[in-house]
Amino acid sequence: MIFQPSHFAAVVLFALFASVVFGITQRETPRRMIRYGIYCFVLFVGSAVVLSWLMYLIAR
Amino acid sequence: MATEQNKSAAGETGFVHLPLIAGWLVPGAGHFLLRKWGRGSLLAASILGMFVLGIAMQGKLYGGAHDILDVLGLAGDLGNGLLYIISRVLGLGAAQVQVTTADYGTRFIVVAGLLNVIAAVDAHNLRTGRKS
Repeated sequence: MIFQPSHFAAVVLFALFASVVFGITQRETPRRMIRYGIYCFVLFVGSAVVLSWLMYLIAR
Repeated sequence: MATEQNKSAAGETGFVHLPLIAGWLVPGAGHFLLRKWGRGSLLAASILGMFVLGIAMQGKLYGGAHDILDVLGLAGDLGNGLLYIISRVLGLGAAQVQVTTADYGTRFIVVAGLLNVIAAVDAHNLRTGRKS
């Protein structure tokens, strides 16, 4: 089986898995785990999108 | 109170490092030993998912250390515990990175190992009562 995701799909998958582990391990209550997991996910994906646009504009 | 439950779950007189070692060898096993079924399942699914996708992307499994970057990659891969050993025995993963997604796959495998170490340390903290 060969899996060849797009760049963005790879970022989203990476962010999803890492955020779940960060949320569970870095906070104590379920509510705070979910909030921190979402926070990490948004930061991962958001920073990738912002940096991508930055590199696109620099390259032009 | 949660600390008392953790201790009774893993056996108060049991080996205190068992969740740490079990969690390293098998993703989520440290939490399962402490009867944290939900957390253990999510951790296992995330780490296993990341590792399997890394292999499916033709990611490279570090087998030796030729330079400092290889040493770091190998250290990350070893964090996967039995997953790494079994994959090496079965000859999974690419020997060389040949396509773009294989580079992502290599990172997925290394990061899965690092996340597994974080999860194992979390199980240890639960066992010792440092975390509830």
